[in-house]
Amino acid sequence: MAEHTEHHIVPIKVYIGVFLALMVFTALTVAVAKYDLEHIWGPLNIIVALTVAVIKATLVVLYFMHVRYSSKLTQVIVVAGIFWLIIMLAFTLADYAARSGWPTQLGQ
Amino acid sequence: MATETIATTAEKRVTYLNVSHTVKSWLLTLDHKRIGLLYLFSISFFFLIGGIYATLIRLELITPKGDLMTAETYNRVFTMHGVVMIFFFLIPSIPAVLGNFLLPIMLGAKDVAFPRLNLLSWYVFMVGAGLFMLTMINGGIDTGWTFYPPYSSIYSNSQVTLAGVAIFITGFSSILTGLNFMVTIHTMRAPGLTWFRLPLFVWAHYATSLIQILGTPVIAITVLALALERTFQIGIFDPKLGGDPVLFQHMFWFYSHPAVYIMILPSMGVISEIIANMSRKRVFGYHFVAFSSLAIAVFGFLVWGHHMFTSSQSMYAGLVFSIISYAVAIPSAIKTFNWTATIYKGSVSYDTPMIYALAFLGLFTVGGMTGLFLSALGLDVHLHDTYFVVAHFHYVMVGGAIIGYLGGLHYWWPKITGKLYPEVWGRISAAIIFLGFNLTFFPQFILGNLGMPRRYHAYVPEFQILHVLSSAGASILAIGFIMPIIYFAWSIKYGAPAPNNPWTAVGLEWQTTSPPPPENFTYTPVVNTEAYEFEHVEEIKQAGSGVNG
Repeated sequence: MAEHTEHHIVPIKVYIGVFLALMVFTALTVAVAKYDLEHIWGPLNIIVALTVAVIKATLVVLYFMHVRYSSKLTQVIVVAGIFWLIIMLAFTLADYAARSGWPTQLGQ
Repeated sequence: MATETIATTAEKRVTYLNVSHTVKSWLLTLDHKRIGLLYLFSISFFFLIGGIYATLIRLELITPKGDLMTAETYNRVFTMHGVVMIFFFLIPSIPAVLGNFLLPIMLGAKDVAFPRLNLLSWYVFMVGAGLFMLTMINGGIDTGWTFYPPYSSIYSNSQVTLAGVAIFITGFSSILTGLNFMVTIHTMRAPGLTWFRLPLFVWAHYATSLIQILGTPVIAITVLALALERTFQIGIFDPKLGGDPVLFQHMFWFYSHPAVYIMILPSMGVISEIIANMSRKRVFGYHFVAFSSLAIAVFGFLVWGHHMFTSSQSMYAGLVFSIISYAVAIPSAIKTFNWTATIYKGSVSYDTPMIYALAFLGLFTVGGMTGLFLSALGLDVHLHDTYFVVAHFHYVMVGGAIIGYLGGLHYWWPKITGKLYPEVWGRISAAIIFLGFNLTFFPQFILGNLGMPRRYHAYVPEFQILHVLSSAGASILAIGFIMPIIYFAWSIKYGAPAPNNPWTAVGLEWQTTSPPPPENFTYTPVVNTEAYEFEHVEEIKQAGSGVNG
């Protein structure tokens, strides 16, 4: 592999920073859970929860799992995994979205 | 088979088989070749179990009335047949046995990238298999191998949770094998072995690994969700609890459709090797065959909805899935045409592996083409859940995957064991399997088209003649499957010693001794030709006629 960065040492400060960020987002999740955001906009509850979750997962993958310091090949594999998850979600949700509000027979 | 005289030497050569003989040396081995053999014994056992269930199914269906077993028992029998054959035989078959044995040798490596993970994968498989045996002893499951809720999550009284846990665990062995292969192919190729010099067997396994790694976690999470719903009444799939049963079908088939490519792609890799070497020609359109494996792996993930045309899946989603399903036929056709073109004007020898390869070409074509019937939105309404589907996937899974596995087992048997199997018996059994297979499954296409539903233990009397034909074929097929078990076992003790390269084939595995030494090669192989380079056959012949002690 072109860049051999297996032994990259991450400064302890970065770990602490990521840990604190994760804690802040956890606190945010708990805080938001006390309010029902549905009356502002229907799906807002889910949007907030999933956004927080995605940010936290990204931090864990990039720093705790060292993907940020890994070779390009490893990064490609990680992105491919996420891409495949998106395929599953997108096609499945496309089915649900097309079930109601669309004509159920063509040519009518 | 080559007929060079084989001299015997007094000096005993150290091979991976005779390097040590203790049980411990086998159970704790890190040698990919021994792990391949451990898998061979394990999955052969499950093939027999699955075969016994198949026998029970065919016995029951000889008569129109359900007189051998009750409907409930029959549900359990066909479910167990499906689960055993798919999760405990077909998925590990070629990758875990032939792939484990050959992949590192084909790459010129000493072992896979993670030998300990490789051994762990076998143990994980055995734990899953053991739990599944427990399921079997406790009465098995009756949901069909597809585990559709809400029947499986709420109503079934069988061992669904235990079976789910067994499949969950077994999935990890598949992931570990895929991971190991992928890293091995990326990092452990011999000097000079560039990507486009790789044998097509390796390309096929690369594509398979991709599916194993990306798909298997989804089936794991799906059966886990099913177990959660069943145990703790958490509403995921059951409408009564606020879930959606079609969501299960989406998640299940997101893995289980690509899973059929886990079963067929390695078989295609085997066929590429056999056809090239038995026709003594470079595979026609090497790059196309290599990339078609990857195309199948990728497109295979986009077609799962064709299992759900008659569910409440949106018609528009159905349209998209139908079109992409047609598209996935293209890479399969590329392979089939290119193999045929490889044989054209080749110097073909009709040894047992080649007979299997030719059988594969015919049977896989029938299996693949009937798949197109089923991906047609309208026609599928007529054929869905009938014996047409049963016939279609047996043509792909038996006519494709198992025929390829058997062809590969014959082709590499001299390399694996260092012994020659009796060629005449090999050809006879291959012919019996081909005939028995067609007699078993061809009538099922007609049955399905006439309206015989799958998973029924009783049927209208008009169907009996076709069912009797099918059961008669199954008994012939069984003989064909039992024969190799007998003569392979015989050959280990009485077979003639195999030369290093009995087929005068090209490929790194034929340059080492038969059976290989523990470290595969006593030297570091350097590759400076393309795969299937038959220009220097005479040199290979001389290098390969080495003697085994």
